[in-house]
Amino acid sequence: MKDPDDKSPLSPNASTPDPPRIARRDLLGRVSLAVIAVPALVLAVPVAGFVVAPLFRTVPRQWRTVGKLKDFQIGDTVAVKFTDASPLPWSGVTANTAAWLRRSADREFLAFSVNCAHLGCPVRWLKEAKLFMCPCHGGVYYENGEVAAGPPPHGLGKYPVRIVGEDVQIQTGPIPIG
Amino acid sequence: MVVTRVLKAAWRWFDDRTGLSSAVAPLARHLVPRDSRWWYVFGSATLIAFVVQVVTGVTLAFSYIASPSQAYPTLVFISEDAPFGRVLRGMHYFGASAMVLLIGLHLAQTYLFAAYKFPREMNWLTGVLLLAFTLLMGFTGQLLRWDENATWSVVVAAEQAGRVPFIGEKLARFILGGDTIGGATLGRFFAIHVFVIPACLFAFIGAHVALVFRNGISEPPKQGEPVDPATYRGAYEARLAKSGVPFWPDAAWRDAVFCAGVVLVILALALIVGPPILGKPPNPTDLNAAPRPDWYLLWYFAVLALLPPSIEPYVIVLGPLAVGALLFGLPFVSNRGERSPMKRPWAIAGVIVAVTMIGTLWLQGVRSPWSPNFDAQPLPKAVIGADSGPVFQGAALFHQKGCLNCHLIAGDGGRRGPDLTNIGNLLPRDQMVLRILNGGTNMPAFGSTLAPADLDRIVDFLVSRRRPALR
Repeated sequence: MKDPDDKSPLSPNASTPDPPRIARRDLLGRVSLAVIAVPALVLAVPVAGFVVAPLFRTVPRQWRTVGKLKDFQIGDTVAVKFTDASPLPWSGVTANTAAWLRRSADREFLAFSVNCAHLGCPVRWLKEAKLFMCPCHGGVYYENGEVAAGPPPHGLGKYPVRIVGEDVQIQTGPIPIG
Repeated sequence: MVVTRVLKAAWRWFDDRTGLSSAVAPLARHLVPRDSRWWYVFGSATLIAFVVQVVTGVTLAFSYIASPSQAYPTLVFISEDAPFGRVLRGMHYFGASAMVLLIGLHLAQTYLFAAYKFPREMNWLTGVLLLAFTLLMGFTGQLLRWDENATWSVVVAAEQAGRVPFIGEKLARFILGGDTIGGATLGRFFAIHVFVIPACLFAFIGAHVALVFRNGISEPPKQGEPVDPATYRGAYEARLAKSGVPFWPDAAWRDAVFCAGVVLVILALALIVGPPILGKPPNPTDLNAAPRPDWYLLWYFAVLALLPPSIEPYVIVLGPLAVGALLFGLPFVSNRGERSPMKRPWAIAGVIVAVTMIGTLWLQGVRSPWSPNFDAQPLPKAVIGADSGPVFQGAALFHQKGCLNCHLIAGDGGRRGPDLTNIGNLLPRDQMVLRILNGGTNMPAFGSTLAPADLDRIVDFLVSRRRPALR
């Protein structure tokens, strides 16, 4: 889109019609742009790397003790909290995550993610109805975590649980996505 | 007298060395169409709302600490202790609301007047980007109000991003700043809300305004004066030369009056209504949270609740893309021809449909009938109509088993499922039993959890729910 009336100083034919000089100016301009581009690209590496670093940070999973065996009644589903795998020092209370833990048998536990499979809102356990229910868009799950009603595309996520001596431990994990 | 003379001399020196008035005067005095009246104030009003946001936002940043453990206490301090803190937070909130509302009006007006047609395509495209940045500012700003609602909203945002094919999980991690809500989350949103998007806003507002000067304010459309790219610019120049008026002050006084009104309304709302109430502190282990977006995104909250689950993944991902593509494509699809809305009835229809859709969804979002009511109290005896016996026991079970969370009985309970106030008139007993045992799309099956005796009591209660006239 060349405007024939363009008299701006940036226009190649503004000052001189001499073809070789245009070529030299052209080259000088391109080289200058390239010279500027080098530090820009170099700078982009640490900037982009710093911003996307969380995507590539692999967090080792940790076993976290959430209570003693005797703290949990068989058949009861309770909210437990534990510390994330490697929280940043300034995380404060956001270093914690909760899970719904049920002692299903003497030495058997089930730990459900609190995040609704629809959009991640915290599901609540309705003890009498034996249902997990989500306050956001009305997703409902049976006590085994399967979808009972509403929009969730699949059941509640689960955390691995183990018993070490008298300790009940949950293995940390990311918020289930998708 | 001496003072005046010195000041005048100083100004002349300053103006000569900087060239300020020779740079500004042509902009202030540039000719605009004579008949551009009150319709044209929304753009400058959006800009003034942005200025309010910058000023109040910078002020709030003097006290706000973007740390997941300290942001909440600083917000409490700003709202309750800091002099003028309450009114500044209020102005930042209502300024955001005003900006969203005004940019919406500006969009509707420029669309109705077809101001996006030749030669103002780039004005429109930069405006669409500004709309996107404004909505992003609204969402990220709500998250900086680092209370329980905010932290869970981050999770909801991450889950939505997670629906994008292939890169969804990475996007979600990017939003959370890691695997979970934690130390990295808030800092990212702070940087984005306070530096990244505002930088984009400044740049694109600059471009948008420069384009207004370059292409001129569009004249109010008249029927029978179609845009022809070959002749439009010449005709526009001729019109200005003949009947144009200088922007300052002939047209600008309306902007000034309207903008002053906008700022005063923002201030009045901040003083009278105050800032949005801080929720509970951001504790990811407090599970009694029910996150909801601020009002300007409530309609989208409704979309997410009302979509059939089977098409949800497509709508979450493709919906915003489709709206963006539509807005972006508009000036390329139609950049000539009639501008008058009277000759473009589909444009009027489009605005009415969009406003009706968003308005209806918004009303639904306010009521949120799909959200179970966790605060449902046991039904009063007057409603049950008994204080002992199977009907009374059934009513108690109806509450205990969570039925009342979703079903309404005489105005008590939830609205997720059907209102069962008169269900005794509508369903025979065996049908009720079947539905309770087997459930439905939005109702769990209670077959495996309900003892037969309890089921009988609940059905006894439901059968007794009849219209008073028939009792």
